[in-house]
Amino acid sequence: MKSVTKSKVISAVLLKDLRIELRSRVLTNQVLPFAGLVLVMFAFALDNDDVLQRVAGGLVWLATLFSLFIIVQRSFAVDTTDGALDSLRVAGVDLSAVFFGKAIALAVKLVALDVVLVCGALLLYRVDLNLNGLVLLVTCVICATTGLGFVGTLYGGLTAGAKGRETLLPLLLLPVVAPVLIAATRATEAAFGSGGAQTSEGWAWIGLLTVFAAVFGVGGSLAFGPLIDE
Amino acid sequence: MSTPIMSLKNVTMQFGGVKALDDVSIHVNKGEICALIGPNGAGKTTLLRACAGLLPINRGDARVLNCDLRLDRYAVRTKVGLLGHANGLFQDLTVAENMSFWSRLVGASAQDVAQAMSVMGLADRLSETRVANLSAGQRRRCALATLIVRRAQLWLLDEPHAGLDTQGRDELDRTLRSAREAGATVVFASHEIDRAQKLATRCLTVSGGVVSES
Repeated sequence: MKSVTKSKVISAVLLKDLRIELRSRVLTNQVLPFAGLVLVMFAFALDNDDVLQRVAGGLVWLATLFSLFIIVQRSFAVDTTDGALDSLRVAGVDLSAVFFGKAIALAVKLVALDVVLVCGALLLYRVDLNLNGLVLLVTCVICATTGLGFVGTLYGGLTAGAKGRETLLPLLLLPVVAPVLIAATRATEAAFGSGGAQTSEGWAWIGLLTVFAAVFGVGGSLAFGPLIDE
Repeated sequence: MSTPIMSLKNVTMQFGGVKALDDVSIHVNKGEICALIGPNGAGKTTLLRACAGLLPINRGDARVLNCDLRLDRYAVRTKVGLLGHANGLFQDLTVAENMSFWSRLVGASAQDVAQAMSVMGLADRLSETRVANLSAGQRRRCALATLIVRRAQLWLLDEPHAGLDTQGRDELDRTLRSAREAGATVVFASHEIDRAQKLATRCLTVSGGVVSES
């Protein structure tokens, strides 16, 4: 037997989660249509181009958060259906590496989702995006999805074995991700130039997103193992 | 002289006010197939999970594969393979992909994987079949193959025959005998006395948290 490094466990878990997603197509066949519908329904509800352009950033991130719950629950359902998460625990696998593998896989799925949502916002809400705005937006998506990946994996693990986890997860997760919603919305509004916002105004919010990701990355890697174990 | 691989002395485990294990003292030697026979709720699962390092021991001494479970119950986890009622497999992945996943986690080679799949009769067309499409018996074999890949020295199996038809049960018995011949020690829980007695080299009766020789 060769020694197993943390990076090998991370890559094994990451590839496993992405392979399962590619095969089951839950993201493409269920989550993306759901998120798209959320954008369309907001457009119907507000029915005003000026208002839609003003709130486009917030709607993109609200749709991301709603979709996050589905993706997190699916991510842990594949691990708990036949006791695989329990097997990882029993086998003495480094659970902090499992945390990072699952969080990165979750972030990758969220990036794919946000690419579609941003394109949807550009089409439906007719917002503008220049080159500087695009750079800010890409940075915002990467930082926000990384943070959401960490916090989603931590709370997904916490609720994985709980009774009523379908309702418990949003209840616990929504208040915690409020800073991401606020910061990512402000940064996206700056990228879109909504309400006369300047692109440069968005970078301060990127700092908040980075701190959020760092806090939940470190905290999650420390807490995930004991949470799963107990 | 036989080597003790699992040694429990006056072990007591209590949940709330209920004693799940009461002053249990047992020894299991290397190469044995040891059956824990008893009705539901007798304490079989608690005993297996404690030996796998999943539950803390309240009182007594317990050593499994040279690991002191009172001092460090986490160390034993990489050495034992616990298979409960679930198989611990990913339904959307094929048999080969499940095996590959486990081999990467434990640093096993492709040769180890091929050997484990061959021993369990999974090397043919089944290797590319999704686990969700396998029969209950085939899933069980796949789960046992992951224990081989992990080089588990002690197999702790909780009701391994549950959910299998007669053919699947016979197949599982043959598999466990082969595993024993290959050097593994097996401790399994069962409430089917006849089958357990045919398979096991030694039987222990578990009742009300008390373990005694059959």
